[in-house]
Amino acid sequence: MISPDKGIGKWIEDRLPIFEFAKHSLVDYPTPRNLNYWWNFGSLAGITLVIMIVTGIVLAMQYTPHVDYAFDSVERVMRDVNYGWLLRYLHMNGATMFFIVVYIHIFRGLYYGSYKSPRELLWWLGVVILLLMMATAFMGYVLPWGQMSFWATTVITNLFSAVPLVGESIVTWLWGGFAVGNPTLNRFYALHYLLPFVIVGVVILHIWALHTVKSNNPLGIDMKGPQDSIPFHPYYTAKDYFGLGVFLIAYMAIVFFAPNFFGEPDNYIPANPMATPPHIVPEWYFLPYYAILRAIPDKLGGVIAMFGSLLILFVLPWLDRSKVRSARFRPIYKQFFWLFLVDCIVLGWVGANPPEGKFVLIGQVATAYYFSHFLIILPLLGLVEKTKPLPESIAAAVTTTGPPKD
Amino acid sequence: MTAKARPGKTTADEDGASRRDFLILATGAVGGAGAVLSVWPFIHSMNPSADVLALSSTELDISPIEEGQAITIQWRGKPVFVRHRTAAEITAAQDVDVADLRDPESDQKRAEKPEWLILVGVCTHLGCIPLGQKQGDPRGDWNGWFCPCHGSHYDSSGRIRKGPAPKNLEVPPYVFIDDTTVRIG
Amino acid sequence: MRKVTLLLVIAIGFGLLSGGPRPAIAAGGAEYEHQEWTFNGIFGRFDRAALRRGHQVYREVCSACHGLKRIAYRNLMDIGFSEEEAKEIAAEATVTDGPNDEGEMFDRSGKLSDRFVSPFPNDQAARYSNNGALPPDLSLIVKARKGGADYLYSLMTGYADEAPEGMEMMDGMSYNRAFPGHQIAMPQPLYEDLIEYEDGTPASVEQQAKDVTTFLAWAAEPELEARKSLGLKVLLFMILLTAMLYAVKRRVWSKLH
Repeated sequence: MISPDKGIGKWIEDRLPIFEFAKHSLVDYPTPRNLNYWWNFGSLAGITLVIMIVTGIVLAMQYTPHVDYAFDSVERVMRDVNYGWLLRYLHMNGATMFFIVVYIHIFRGLYYGSYKSPRELLWWLGVVILLLMMATAFMGYVLPWGQMSFWATTVITNLFSAVPLVGESIVTWLWGGFAVGNPTLNRFYALHYLLPFVIVGVVILHIWALHTVKSNNPLGIDMKGPQDSIPFHPYYTAKDYFGLGVFLIAYMAIVFFAPNFFGEPDNYIPANPMATPPHIVPEWYFLPYYAILRAIPDKLGGVIAMFGSLLILFVLPWLDRSKVRSARFRPIYKQFFWLFLVDCIVLGWVGANPPEGKFVLIGQVATAYYFSHFLIILPLLGLVEKTKPLPESIAAAVTTTGPPKD
Repeated sequence: MTAKARPGKTTADEDGASRRDFLILATGAVGGAGAVLSVWPFIHSMNPSADVLALSSTELDISPIEEGQAITIQWRGKPVFVRHRTAAEITAAQDVDVADLRDPESDQKRAEKPEWLILVGVCTHLGCIPLGQKQGDPRGDWNGWFCPCHGSHYDSSGRIRKGPAPKNLEVPPYVFIDDTTVRIG
Repeated sequence: MRKVTLLLVIAIGFGLLSGGPRPAIAAGGAEYEHQEWTFNGIFGRFDRAALRRGHQVYREVCSACHGLKRIAYRNLMDIGFSEEEAKEIAAEATVTDGPNDEGEMFDRSGKLSDRFVSPFPNDQAARYSNNGALPPDLSLIVKARKGGADYLYSLMTGYADEAPEGMEMMDGMSYNRAFPGHQIAMPQPLYEDLIEYEDGTPASVEQQAKDVTTFLAWAAEPELEARKSLGLKVLLFMILLTAMLYAVKRRVWSKLH
């Protein structure tokens, strides 16, 4: 083993204190002693990002970004390349797993108030990662050049035509032509390869900010001394490894036994610019936003609402005026949190269905509720909610009430 | 709360410690083995795929090649030299003391039918394509092939005679299906 | 721990439902019934005899109009055909190759490395010969339709001579209860004893439909058997490793409690 105290290790350490850095941030990093399993999803997201990049690089070695060859090259990966089917199914379902993990990570933050002072910048960086992930996932979905790929690109890029005056020019610019075509596919491929590395950069900032302000915890109170914290290693490394094992079981079960569960059969039909499939839907992780887009009967309004539903997360730390972080001590907010979660699921369900009949009304009500949660309910709760008394310290809470429940 | 060392419990703690060490070691070994195995699909995906392997043999009609002529065809992405040798070339190739060669090989072993010499046209030095196929090409000091990159000379059996190349030009696997058709690969 | 258990249950549930829990009603009010397929489930395998018969159905019936361009003749060796048989099947096809030394394209008989030759040179020719309708390539048909193999089987067996009362049929269209919209351009392809099976199996419409569906399911997912058998090993390994990781986590944290 290389040690920082002697030999090569010391030589390196004197010039670049990398051992000290690793020890500081991966071993000694003081972590609240009461984190529950919902805190596993941050590290899971990081590992999923690595899996996506590694599978993506080997797939890129086999893929041809040309409208005439893209579909065939993906099928060649599935049929002829050694373990190509495995790599492709890992990548395809990895996107699904990534969004599951990140959405849980976000809702954990919402429940325990992890966006509140002093963690506003940490939260912002997280929202930036989500936006980059969505862009990357969207462009990746285009690459197999199936019917869904093509028509998703057409529909989503057309959103920009809602911009007044320059809308049409923006869309033509995005396409590099007068319809989605080869230039579009090529630039999406270039960006799909680039953006994950931008995400890595923002993730590093996200972790840096985290290690500066330290982790929030289920009680939402600050660590007041050494009795409140434990070192990251071995406690949370052991816990994260176990979480990773459970995660991989679920992930592998999907990859090997239901690899197309989250996919659309239409994407196994090569893109046909002359015929739109009768029922086009985005991937499941975009469904709630898609429902918000369709809830507003005005084109520009719908686009603004859709982007607004994400951008509103940036101002969340200032919309929620409550001084108490954790929903555990906010009896009314706790109810509204679950309502909000149900609302998001309803939006997803509406997004998966055609915009007709009851779905129109349900979609509009759910969209209205989505925004009122942030713009009306949270500010009001900050004023009227009577919160429960907070415990003295993390250590006190742990020792008097036993291990944390939720 | 934290790791309290209680008197009278020392043996239990030591037991616990060694059990934990074994457990952690075993888990690390199992997990490490899994991690190593999972690397294989990634590496193997870069090996030739099934469709590439399926194209690894090619058939060639040699009847149009006149004596003294040579043609170059592509096989597995590389040039293959097919030369219809003259009697003089055959004699020159066979009248060599094999022991004197850098890479000792008799001409009889290199050409199944003496008039047909089939070679992979890639210099064994650093992979350039030697000259000597076309009329007017330099053919080196032994009337075979000459590699312009670093000056290797091959004789009329494709054996290295002079220059930096360590080995003779490679003979690909081939069979004569009939008198005029040869399958390479 | 309840949550973790729940996740495990979900994970294993996915494995057991591996056929893909798809709705029994396809778009457009079309219906299809669930069938027993040997390739469903975590131990799923293709029935070799059915694959062979299905290939015969494809070759003698479907291939008149439908291509199978993502399958190569060499792939037949993966499902129990001998090299000689595969070569014979390949040699019956005419492949356009070239250009030759004179710059001309020329015809030759098929080789193992060739992909199945499609009946029409391009989509336009296919439409022209089929009243404007395009017979789709069948390589991915099982993956590319909601309901997959169940849908395809129902489509093959779903023809009726007469449309129900009150339904206006367009010219040249056939009624099919499984097809979305119930009007399909493809005339009924399978009839009782349409072909004579090499292995002597009675060639009922259902038998032919089942066999050709099995063959096309393989064509769509030739990796299925390798995928499921590797998947079992990976999952067993992960469950063992995760149990060990749980024990490690318990040991490490026992110092705290």
